[in-house]
Amino acid sequence: MSVFLDHASTTSLRPCAKEALSDALDFLGNPSSVHSQGRATRELLEESRDKVAKACGANRSEIIFNSGGTEGNNHAIKGIFWDRVTKDPDCKVIISSRTEHHAVMDPVQWLGENQNAEVVYAEHSPNGMIDLDSLRSLVSKHQQRVALISLMWVNNETGVISDIPAITEIASEFDIPVHSDAVAAFGHVPIDFQASGLTAMTLSGHKVGAPIGVGALVVARSAKPISLVHGGGQERSLRSGTMNYPLAASFAAAAKEAVTELDHEMARLGALKDQLEAAVMEAVPSAIITAQGANRAAYNAHFVFPGTQSDAMLFLLDQKGVCVSAGSACQAGVLGPSHVLLGMGFSHLEASACVRVTLGKTSTLQDVQQFLTALEQVHPVALQATPA
Amino acid sequence: MRVLAAMSGGVDSAVAAARAVEQGHDVIGVHLALSRMPGTLRTGSRGCCTIEDSMDAQRAANKLGIPFYVWDFSERFKLDVVDDFVAEYQAGRTPNPCMRCNERIKFAALLERGLSLGFEAICTGHYASILEDGEGNLELHRSLEMAKDQSYVLGVLNANQLAHSMFPLGATASKDLIRQEAAARGLSVANKPDSYDICFIPEGDTRQWLKEFVPTDSGKIVDSQGNQLGEHDGHVGFTIGQRKGLKIGTPAADGKPRYVLEIRPKTKEIVVGPEEALEISDLFGARYTWCGKAPENPEEAFDCDVQVRAHGDTVSAVAAIVDGQMHVQLNEPLYGVPAGQTAVIYVGTRVLGQMTIDEARSKVSTGA
Repeated sequence: MSVFLDHASTTSLRPCAKEALSDALDFLGNPSSVHSQGRATRELLEESRDKVAKACGANRSEIIFNSGGTEGNNHAIKGIFWDRVTKDPDCKVIISSRTEHHAVMDPVQWLGENQNAEVVYAEHSPNGMIDLDSLRSLVSKHQQRVALISLMWVNNETGVISDIPAITEIASEFDIPVHSDAVAAFGHVPIDFQASGLTAMTLSGHKVGAPIGVGALVVARSAKPISLVHGGGQERSLRSGTMNYPLAASFAAAAKEAVTELDHEMARLGALKDQLEAAVMEAVPSAIITAQGANRAAYNAHFVFPGTQSDAMLFLLDQKGVCVSAGSACQAGVLGPSHVLLGMGFSHLEASACVRVTLGKTSTLQDVQQFLTALEQVHPVALQATPA
Repeated sequence: MRVLAAMSGGVDSAVAAARAVEQGHDVIGVHLALSRMPGTLRTGSRGCCTIEDSMDAQRAANKLGIPFYVWDFSERFKLDVVDDFVAEYQAGRTPNPCMRCNERIKFAALLERGLSLGFEAICTGHYASILEDGEGNLELHRSLEMAKDQSYVLGVLNANQLAHSMFPLGATASKDLIRQEAAARGLSVANKPDSYDICFIPEGDTRQWLKEFVPTDSGKIVDSQGNQLGEHDGHVGFTIGQRKGLKIGTPAADGKPRYVLEIRPKTKEIVVGPEEALEISDLFGARYTWCGKAPENPEEAFDCDVQVRAHGDTVSAVAAIVDGQMHVQLNEPLYGVPAGQTAVIYVGTRVLGQMTIDEARSKVSTGA
């Protein structure tokens, strides 16, 4: 029987989300239709919007349902950049970081390479936190020329939690819009959009127990990122397309339950993670807990096992029935060095030797023990399989 | 036996893996990522190395119910195969990258990694057979189907590598049978076209591809007396025996076509001449290996057949190790054999060994 400790990649479908989806599928009606059946599905959609808004501390009008995290990040980054640069051609600096998810890094780089954006990166402290002094100096340097800042709330590899209010505070001096990819944060750490000072925030459904293919971009009422898709003007005219009320309903159910359980799960998973980290360090004293000392999400344990290669570790653990992950795999399925660790200053070898263990709602002490047993068996083999 | 099936995404390696599973081995499929920047879709007649090929391999593995992984050998491949390929051309030789890949990647880096991860053998879709000589020694033999025989590119394997290799397709009479078997097994690659181009050269144009790595460096095209006949924009990419693309304006005195006879990297000269000057009588190489058990007295001349290209060009010869290098004296001539190519030595169907050709000597003087 395999043990799934890769909940940050995707997590188990919550029964409430499955039920909400199944119930919604029995409806017939386009939420934009004026007749009674259209009104019924519209009501489902709007109830879902209420729930998601409440779960993340936003106003209901700020929730723009979409297909998930990658779309949300692209929309926020390109949409805000285009909006800003249209109004002032000189306002074309984007501040981001080298540890963002590819769904942020790639649109940012694309704007740099194709749309004349000037991309600059804030530095990190050794523990993976954004260096606020570095951010402050970038903002002071570029001032009104900064089109947007995009910095993630929780890092999907290391679990490092950013100080979002401090970041938006720095940006506020020049009224710079700040976007945050909160995909790895939502449902795992407390989130309050309105208190955060953010202009936009990305959420994904399948990371909180909804199906894959639904998410939301939270957009402050004051902002109007240019749309990526034009059409019928749905979702505040920011995201055209027939509204997917069944998936929205499912996402809302999952989000509501995740946030309701948040305190309890943070405590439970945090304790499990502490046990896991302590046991790993005992079993493999040379291991490094990345981002140690930083404020980290409770469900995420991230290690470097010096002298090994991630793909050998993952292969061997998979053979033992343990599903974990490393840095992000490319399209061909090849594990590269973790760009997050490289961005934090780890060496190429270290960044190619990481393993990420992420816990979720179904995780138990038994899962953790199964991982540890497997680790003790495979680590010496992985060491041996790595060319010196 | 724990077996690592190298799966390129083609039909041969998929059927080879299927047969290994059927033989009761504990098989795991591995696709080797050999390029840092793989193309998305397959183009031309390349058979691996794109994401589409990797996905084809994965589909086949899933169909066989075996675990599947993509392992990154792009760094080793770049160093051991691509860089070597460029350097050989720069030195005026014509390399065989598939041979290098077998020698350094598939049956070296992959095998080493497989062994250290607890596997006992590498299984590939090559058309060749491993047989025992009756005394427990393993021998590599030509495939039953001569038209597809790939024993040539495996000539670099040593006894230890043979002991850890499996070629389940070796005794199959035709490629059609493999395709039929693939279809019967429900493998989606059953009708995938064969590949024959160099995998890392997308458009199949080696000379054009080399231009990206080697600065253009023009020089003279001369005859064997040193008379200038034309100019070229870089010696790299020319190959011995080449006739096309020389762009020599004036015809030869006798009106016959001219061929590349020699590449002189130091003076940047390309020497051309008549076809008969391509006639080769002797091959020499200091870099030789034995495939399986070495002959007891290699210094003593022995009869053999020698093959200098992946397909065809096999002639009878007499070989011996003389002063630390292999000397192959051809009983009938070969034409246009470039240095850098591999000569594989056969005794009957058995692959006895191979050498990288340092010198192909002609009886006709090129004036070198």
